[in-house]
Amino acid sequence: MYTEKVMDHFTNPRNVGEIKNASGVGEVGNAKCGDIMRIYLQVDNDIITDVKFKTFGCGAAIATSSMVTEMVKGKTLDEALEISNQAVAEALGGLPPAKMHCSNLAADALHEAIKDYIAKKGK
Amino acid sequence: MKRIYFDHSATTPVDREVADLMLEYMTDKYGNPSSVHSFGRETRKAIEEAREKVAALINASPNEIFFTSGGTEGDNLAIKGVAYANRKKGNHIITTQIEHHAVLHTCEYLEKQGFTVTYLPVDEHAMVRMEDLKNAITDKTILISVMFANNEVGTIQPIKEIGQLAKEKGIYFHTDAVQVAGNYPIDVKELNIDLLTLSGHKFYASKGIGALYIRRGVKIEEIQHGGGHERNMRAGTENVPGIVGLGKAAEIAKRDMEKKVTYIQGLRDKLIAGVMEKIPHVKLNGHPECRMPGNANFSFLYIEGESLLLNLDLKGIAASSGSACTSGSLDPSHVLLAMGLTHEVAHGSLRVSLGRGNTEEDINYFLEVVPEIVERLRSMSPLYGSAAEFKPSNPCTHCHHQ
Repeated sequence: MYTEKVMDHFTNPRNVGEIKNASGVGEVGNAKCGDIMRIYLQVDNDIITDVKFKTFGCGAAIATSSMVTEMVKGKTLDEALEISNQAVAEALGGLPPAKMHCSNLAADALHEAIKDYIAKKGK
Repeated sequence: MKRIYFDHSATTPVDREVADLMLEYMTDKYGNPSSVHSFGRETRKAIEEAREKVAALINASPNEIFFTSGGTEGDNLAIKGVAYANRKKGNHIITTQIEHHAVLHTCEYLEKQGFTVTYLPVDEHAMVRMEDLKNAITDKTILISVMFANNEVGTIQPIKEIGQLAKEKGIYFHTDAVQVAGNYPIDVKELNIDLLTLSGHKFYASKGIGALYIRRGVKIEEIQHGGGHERNMRAGTENVPGIVGLGKAAEIAKRDMEKKVTYIQGLRDKLIAGVMEKIPHVKLNGHPECRMPGNANFSFLYIEGESLLLNLDLKGIAASSGSACTSGSLDPSHVLLAMGLTHEVAHGSLRVSLGRGNTEEDINYFLEVVPEIVERLRSMSPLYGSAAEFKPSNPCTHCHHQ
């Protein structure tokens, strides 16, 4: 039911972990749904120089988290904000319809992390 | 790669002896049992022999056995059949929150037909409380339907007590014994059971065949209309290969019951002890003692079931999960939630169901690979370890869980 690319990211997830003193941290999802994604960003001069994730969830949740970290590294914040959940799913060669609903929140987590960075910077 | 099957509660392989017999009744002995010629008489005789064997498995009489297409049909026939035939006496049915959907959805359907249904809660081990059952009975109650053993967590219900109570109150007692028949001893007379559903593919017969035991004297109405097959109780040309296969599987199950139960339970106990010893933060779901010999159900805290299943599959191990992601719904198993598990814990559940083909080597392999998979998934889980203190906890905007 999963594409080869989804299985690749699920079995060999990229950028797993935390960033100490991250520029921004975003978390979405809810344990009740079975999916929680947390994204850590390191931002220098509005460029995302490092990104890590931690995810509690199914195969799709882990694969989308991994994929979004690959898509966003080196991008400006504005470019990163344009990445959608749909774009993450497409980059993985598609997801089963049922998985688009609760398991593909990776871009949302990314956007939350950017918002967190902006809020911190504004202080 | 080595492949290990730990999903016998979902289905079992067909026994070679059963398959050979079925093949004979598909190719050489193919007469319609309703035909009067010798071809028909041959298969009619085989059906009646199979009926005797299925009856013997549960200590019933052959004329109390009605062949069905499987567990779902058996449950439908039992519940709707008793409800429709006894409507004048009352319109109240009692069942439990942890039944299979074949029972739950049938009861929900009957509610739309004017029946009222009480769905009994269960305790933390998935056990029905007799006190709750007693309190739920009214003078309108016509049927109690409580599963013999739960398909997810394996808990065996107090069937004898329920049967005794139902008998005293003059209420029919149906039990969905799909997980139990052929895998654990059943005596319908001793247990005061009026109706019992069984399914062939849970004990090494084929899919698409099952039976309903209906105690002689039970007032029941047929729900499928057509020819007069199965003494008017289940219209439709008999699935002869399936039926003879079911008979053979019942014969083998009865013959090997004691040996099989002892063997599988030994493996199961080793597996449970190994998991609990090797992996921290694990909960064993279901009753510690009153459980099916082949069932082990765990919740691995901080991880999600589908991820665990996929990783196990990559290692060649087939199991099952009660997590929402494997069912396509957003909520995890209704059974685990009814037992009081939180969503988080229920999402991380794994059902391992053993069969007679499993070996000690299989258990050792499982105990070798599972700890590293769990550790790896936990290492990427935001719920685990020092990171667990971080709690922004946004409500999920997608499914509205708070």
